[in-house]
Amino acid sequence: MGQKGFFTDTTLCIGCKACEVACKQWNQLPDDGFRLTGMSYDNTGHLGASTWRHVAFVERPVPLPTQTSGVLDFSWLMSSDVCKHCQRAGCLEACPTGAIIRTEFDTVYVQPDVCNGCGYCVAACPFGVVDRREDDGRAWKCTLCYDRLGEDMTPACAKACPTASIQFGDLDELRERAEHRVEHLHEKGLEQAYLYGADAENQPGTGGLNAFFLLVDRPEVYNLPPDPVVPTMKGREAWAAMGWGALGMAVVTLGAVLFGREVARG
Amino acid sequence: MPGLGISFGRGGATTFQQDLANADCIIIQGSNMAECHPVGFQWVMEARERGATLIHVDPRFTRTSAMADLHVPIRPGSDIAFLGGLVHYILENERYFHDYVVHYTNAPAILREDFQDTEELDGLFSGYDPETGKYNPHSWQYENMDGVVPAAGHKEVFSAPGAGGTGKVRGKHITEVPRDKTLQHPRCVFQVLKRHYARYTPDVVSRICGVPKELFLKVAGTLCDNSGRERTSAFCYAVGWTQHSVGVQYIRTASIIQLLLGNIGRPGGGIMALRGHASIQGSSDIPTLYNLLPGYIPMPHAPDAQRLEQYLHNNESASGWWSELPKYVVSLLKAYYGDAATKENDWGFHWIPKLTGDHSHMTTVANMADGKVKGYFVMGENPVVGSMNGALQRKALQKLEWLVVNDLTLTETAEFWRTAPEVVRGDVRPQDIRTEVFFFPCAAHTEKDGSFTNTQRLLQWHHKAVEPSGEARSDLYLIFELGRRLKKLYAGSTEEKDRPLQALTWDYPTKGPHEEPDAEAVLKEISGYTVADGQPVPGFAELKDDGSTACGCWIYSGCYADGVNQTARRKPGREQTWVASEWGWAWPANRRLLYNRASADPEGRPWSERKKYVWWDAQQGRWTGEDVPDFIADRPPSYRANKGDRGLAVISGDDPFIMQADGKGWLYAPSGMMDGPLPTHYEPLESPVRNFLYGQQCNPARYEWRRKDNPYHRAWEDPRYPHVLTTYRLTEHHTAGGMSRWLSWLSELQPEMFVEVSPELATEARLENGGWCTVYTARGEIECRVLVTERIRPLRLDGKRVHQIGLPYHWGYTGRVRGESANDLLGFTADPNVSIQESKALTCNILPGKRSRDRRAAFGWEPWPLPPGVVEVPRDLEGVGPPTDQPPQEKKE
Repeated sequence: MGQKGFFTDTTLCIGCKACEVACKQWNQLPDDGFRLTGMSYDNTGHLGASTWRHVAFVERPVPLPTQTSGVLDFSWLMSSDVCKHCQRAGCLEACPTGAIIRTEFDTVYVQPDVCNGCGYCVAACPFGVVDRREDDGRAWKCTLCYDRLGEDMTPACAKACPTASIQFGDLDELRERAEHRVEHLHEKGLEQAYLYGADAENQPGTGGLNAFFLLVDRPEVYNLPPDPVVPTMKGREAWAAMGWGALGMAVVTLGAVLFGREVARG
Repeated sequence: MPGLGISFGRGGATTFQQDLANADCIIIQGSNMAECHPVGFQWVMEARERGATLIHVDPRFTRTSAMADLHVPIRPGSDIAFLGGLVHYILENERYFHDYVVHYTNAPAILREDFQDTEELDGLFSGYDPETGKYNPHSWQYENMDGVVPAAGHKEVFSAPGAGGTGKVRGKHITEVPRDKTLQHPRCVFQVLKRHYARYTPDVVSRICGVPKELFLKVAGTLCDNSGRERTSAFCYAVGWTQHSVGVQYIRTASIIQLLLGNIGRPGGGIMALRGHASIQGSSDIPTLYNLLPGYIPMPHAPDAQRLEQYLHNNESASGWWSELPKYVVSLLKAYYGDAATKENDWGFHWIPKLTGDHSHMTTVANMADGKVKGYFVMGENPVVGSMNGALQRKALQKLEWLVVNDLTLTETAEFWRTAPEVVRGDVRPQDIRTEVFFFPCAAHTEKDGSFTNTQRLLQWHHKAVEPSGEARSDLYLIFELGRRLKKLYAGSTEEKDRPLQALTWDYPTKGPHEEPDAEAVLKEISGYTVADGQPVPGFAELKDDGSTACGCWIYSGCYADGVNQTARRKPGREQTWVASEWGWAWPANRRLLYNRASADPEGRPWSERKKYVWWDAQQGRWTGEDVPDFIADRPPSYRANKGDRGLAVISGDDPFIMQADGKGWLYAPSGMMDGPLPTHYEPLESPVRNFLYGQQCNPARYEWRRKDNPYHRAWEDPRYPHVLTTYRLTEHHTAGGMSRWLSWLSELQPEMFVEVSPELATEARLENGGWCTVYTARGEIECRVLVTERIRPLRLDGKRVHQIGLPYHWGYTGRVRGESANDLLGFTADPNVSIQESKALTCNILPGKRSRDRRAAFGWEPWPLPPGVVEVPRDLEGVGPPTDQPPQEKKE
């Protein structure tokens, strides 16, 4: 099976939202409501229980070094966001029922028939990807088209992407391609291009992402966390800290009792 | 598409989208390709990745601009000045492809002495008739020609009354036209061109278009650096060029540039006409247009074409491919009338309806509003949202006796009597509307067999996936049944007027549970067959004028060759060459890149190894290469026409434009254009500025509808409407919304009607991002949300700041998401070549808040008067301009 994932090259994204629509159609997801947000051409806002691909539109007062425009000091970045299928998946590690599993494709999958809607995964995701649906309370997110992969089909979003901004494939191959791409962009003068979450070295807090990105500005600009850390990553430290805390409390309690006795005697 | 048809011979994109990947520079202008053709845009991205420079010239910074190396903001309606500036730059700096220009274009041809240019007549060409508001093209001709040069891809110019010399074949003396290959003769096309564009300097471009001079020079330099023997550049355009009162001339200007630079007929070059939706190319090939028969054969006119011979003489050409016209017309008549068409009865020519004047969309709707039209079929269109002056459209519908709407959903057009703004407002009561409305639910493309002809002339078959639900049926079914029932009704009639209906062949086999007509049988008839045995013909070369062949559309001939549906071929790209000749079928003759003879030099050798495509194989004595050669297959490069030759014999071995009477690409159009042989900058009907170049403000041959329900603004600097307005589409919606505003997955992506304004205008007009505003023109007022963005910039014109605003036009009053229609703000105006409206450049006003009371000029709203002290200004020179009874009707002669 091998490790499968997405490489989303935001420099190739034309913001057509075909990925959003293809995802909703294949997975039969409901709409998010019909409101104009006033935030550029983004009217779905963010990833959620019913939006598993989301295209961000960033109008920023900074020009791209490779672009000349009469609209001075301006560029428009577009980026299709998705569940990252982290190597250290916070949601999976937090899930008490075993509903969230790692598949044979090394992707992270929520089994809807097992999920009991406790919502621990929601808090455990450093990207804010997992979300509970209001009507049934269960947690939903991108499945990396698990049902398509089994049939040797490309995930709906990657299939629909007309410009190869979303590339699907074996993770090793994608990483290699992505590194070449960054080099190529640097040669072209786009020094700002870099990979976000390509591997554990690149993003220790998640152990690397199966769905990683090529960005040209700080992650925050794309509404991505600059240094995401899976909560369970700090498990040992947390337990140790708790242990020290408990010990300290015990010492204080003991001290208080002993000291109190002295005082009472005294 | 006469812009391309007149220049090169065929009214279709000269190239195919996959070939854009071979370009070294792509200029996208008048198109927002990434948003409106996202799938085809992958080839532009591919070119960019291969190192091509991508230039986007557009009033707004769009998703296309975001991908471009160079974005050039331009004032809407000023493109001819910009492109004319490029022509000037190319000529002035001698950047043209000399050998290409001398051999493959009409640059050396010498014009008549009495031709006068706009430079001499302050914005008019010679031949203008003030009485009709039309040009007579006689003085525009080559020297020594007999009358008007036949223009390929023309519409009605020289068959129209007044073009002169009816009843004789034109173009007989084309071989006698004097040429000066040194390009020095003062009256040769090259020198005329030079003089015509002499004043289109970078400074003037900057002044008219609001484009900084350095940016313009950067575009010009990049384009020229990427054109020539070794390199090619492509242009892509869409309705941002066509929808202007002088729109066809925009495309002509690009054609001139591409001919001068040698970019036509070569890989990575060409002009990519991006069509608005699925089969728009198909709907002009097998036209839904009133003045064309299938395959760009002109519709006959009433006064001078009652006999076939006369009609043929008026329309055929003595030279070039249009000399074959009789074969195509007779084969078409045989397809229409079958056995009833005989040599004795002129193949039934007299049964074809004849034109009595302008019956284009706006003229018909205006007549409808005046109560002159009884019934109206609306299929695959939603005119009250998608067409100009929506309120006038609705007013017209109220005057009908019956209306048939055939659509997927209950569109605004079907619901005009129930939920339109004027009904809600109370100006109109449904019980007072006497129009009987019939709604037919129709099958979607997945529910029927059929073909699409896409933007690159490619026919692709789609197979029915599921049966249509309920009573929905295909369009084909509706038309077929209608014809069947009409024929039944008139079967017993003995009246001559009913003969056409009786004679019509209407015998397609039916299949399936709903007895749908067999779409492949229709395709077979379109492709053509021999009458005797019904066998499909291999192509149009086999068609005859003796009644032995029948063909529904000659340019599609061969799409059913060998009895195989060629349009259904789906051989994967990886199993064939990059040209992919075995995917679908492209007209003509499955050629993907038109005029590809020009990819070789006059001797038939590729101009360069890098841009090799089609060449002469001397050993085999044939043209060969990557594609089907667009030339007479065995005619050697050395072949030369002799004086007095006729027909195809006139095409010399170095004439790549075989449809043209002279085999050349037309830098200068001696005929075929209604508004001048050379593109000239005219202002839109409603402009922020006066014409800086000529006294003549607007296109002198334009159409206007001067009616109370269609008021216009002042020609320029109207203080009531100070801002420039342009309209457009978004990726998320499809045209008038009938296919997208009913789908939640698309509607949520762009849920509400909005206007895009710059931060500067937002401050000045107190507009708030996400808040409400009201937009005004003399036609009406609409409310929508505000989107403040840096992507729209104020323009600097002649030192003055002018704001522009942008409106998408997808919304209406039915559907899952609703909003007010931008097209309610537009007026009826038209270009004289194709009767297209000017929806890309006009003026407007914008005020904060919801102030609309849904007032519309079509329902009695009087526009505000001009402020005291401000007077009307003329759009025309003294004695020039559209006559009052516009558009002109033909007089019986």
